Amino acid sequence: MANGMETAYNFKEVMSRTERLAPGHRMCAGCGGTVAVRAVLRALRPEDKAVVGNATGCLEVSSFMYPYTAYEDSYIHNAFENAGATLSGVETAYRVLKKKGKIKENFKFITFGGDGGTYDIGFQSLSGAMERGHDMVYVCYDNGAYMNTGTQRSSATPQFADTTTTPAGTASEGKVQVRKDLTAIMAQHHIPYAAQTTFTANFRDLHEKAQKAIYTPGAAFLNVMSPCPRGWGYDPSELMNICKLAVETCYWPLYEVVDGKWILNYEPKNKLPIEEFLRPQKRFGHLFKPGREELIGLFQAEVDKRWEELQNRCAAKQ
Amino acid sequence: MAIRERLSGNEAVAYAIRQINPDVMPAFPITPSTEIPQYVANYIANGKIDTEFIPVESEHSAMSAAIGASAAGARAVTATSSCGMALMWEELYVAASDRLPVVLALVNRALSGPININADHSDSMGARDSGWIQIYAESNQEAYDNFLQAYPIAEHASVRLPVMICQDGFITSHGVENIQLLEDDKVREFVGEYMPAHYLLHEKEPMAVGPYAVSAYYMETKRAQREAMKNARQVILETAARFESLTGRKYGFFEEYRMEDADYVIVLIGSAAGTCKAAIDEIRSATGQKVGLLKIRVFRPFPEEELANALRDKKAIAVLDRSEMFAATGGPLGAEVRAALYSAGSRAEVVNYFYGLGGRDITVDDFKEVYAKLERLARTHERTDMYTYIGLRER
Repeated sequence: MANGMETAYNFKEVMSRTERLAPGHRMCAGCGGTVAVRAVLRALRPEDKAVVGNATGCLEVSSFMYPYTAYEDSYIHNAFENAGATLSGVETAYRVLKKKGKIKENFKFITFGGDGGTYDIGFQSLSGAMERGHDMVYVCYDNGAYMNTGTQRSSATPQFADTTTTPAGTASEGKVQVRKDLTAIMAQHHIPYAAQTTFTANFRDLHEKAQKAIYTPGAAFLNVMSPCPRGWGYDPSELMNICKLAVETCYWPLYEVVDGKWILNYEPKNKLPIEEFLRPQKRFGHLFKPGREELIGLFQAEVDKRWEELQNRCAAKQ
Repeated sequence: MAIRERLSGNEAVAYAIRQINPDVMPAFPITPSTEIPQYVANYIANGKIDTEFIPVESEHSAMSAAIGASAAGARAVTATSSCGMALMWEELYVAASDRLPVVLALVNRALSGPININADHSDSMGARDSGWIQIYAESNQEAYDNFLQAYPIAEHASVRLPVMICQDGFITSHGVENIQLLEDDKVREFVGEYMPAHYLLHEKEPMAVGPYAVSAYYMETKRAQREAMKNARQVILETAARFESLTGRKYGFFEEYRMEDADYVIVLIGSAAGTCKAAIDEIRSATGQKVGLLKIRVFRPFPEEELANALRDKKAIAVLDRSEMFAATGGPLGAEVRAALYSAGSRAEVVNYFYGLGGRDITVDDFKEVYAKLERLARTHERTDMYTYIGLRER
């Protein structure tokens, strides 16, 4: 198959690969971030080496606390807003040193950033790295707010979410604005591969997309919805269920854009109402108080509008 | 045989980059340093060097990519000026604390605002606490020579710190002067191959760069940087000695001009030294007054002891700063020179003047006036203007 997908997905084989993110890091129970990292790194061919990049955030401060690192591969954290630029320097160094014969083995380049470091402060650096076409993957683990500093809103935060900088109160219904559609924006960079995914169906979707992102030559962007139990307010054991509801309500559709071709990877047979996704999360608790039905209606309308837009893009003659 | 040429400061630094053939150059355009990446891009476009140019979307990304490339095991270089350096600010500290021998060709230009494209030292002086070695040039020749010495200093096992090679915007960067260049093979032998011990792309040993260090560890990293900066003193002098044996051109922490018997001394950094030397020659031949100049070449690490020894017995000293620090007192060079003299128990009279902000000219007559003030101060001990601006418009 194209784009490095050598074999059909084998759940048992993939899950039994050596972990490249060692246990012992300090991320929370029920955190989607580390699940995303482990799943993406599992898509590396076991014989390939990698340099893992990381924007400042929960993941960085919890997985590389001096003098311990949780990464089996080489790893670089630089700052909050420059994971794209930093890894583009590493990747360029690799090309030069390989050309000069100083390095023989194959390295792949994968960098992780939260939505704050990706949608907001690191957006310019990401856009530059993608536009220049470095052979790297930028993975956003999107938990929809600045979780490391205590759940401040980002441009990835959904409308009406109760965050510490958009608190719901007597004069506020939470975040006013709708969320930025970063995956589409990255696709519009006309990079060879952009996709969004989350943890569903035995991780097959995530695994295959990570594999394509890593092994497609050139720049690739992967947006992984990675719920945060503290910021979203769900029981840690509910992580997989929250992801499933995000997909089944079409809040977080699974799709990819391969060389400009938009492909819908999953269409729910029975699209669930958005309440199903919102209700288990404390950050939307205020929407379920009496008299707020209209707000849920507005949320549903936004989801519907985007879902239709995506369906049109994927159905369009390309 | 040295090659005789006529080059601007920017051309000279670009020529040095071609000769060194570094691995990676991320850079972003800004006046007046823009020409350096342009020349390098041209060398690359015509197959003259193997360097990979990264046309980044900002100076912040330029330094970020330089850090990535250097951590990966490559020799990295970038160039910038003024606001470009200000945008790199955060990354300057990261490069230094990650102990990465990145070299930055800095073409000094005033910081905004108001926006101004001409020379002063507010950009590099603002970064004086970032952990970078800072070496300044008076001329295109010095900019070239300093640049050739940058990597041997930066990459030395006992140093491993980034180095900024500074020259004054337009005055040096765009002024074409005679210059003596080295042959390519001699440069490559002098600079040598970069062979880091640890790097991200090491095939046998993965490495992690840029940790979160809690209070239990942070302070030791600063101490390690401090030790490296102290070690840099010796390495700078050794590298200069090696350079002198190759070229006959002598460098140290600073240059002393007609200082042996001088009573009245000006201390400054950069291209204004040439004008000051002309003033000294005129004064000495006209009046015989014993005037001299101490031109700082290495500002970081600060050569406190050597500087104090050179100045302690002078009668009066004017330290000239080409950047403000808005302490409502003096400037950064003034503060450090006076502290060095105090530590050495010097009784010399010291004043601290500002000049050349935003590219304001300083003339031979201006320098003559400073020396006249120093003579008066030494005679009367009347400290009427400790801090003042030279060449300020009255209206």
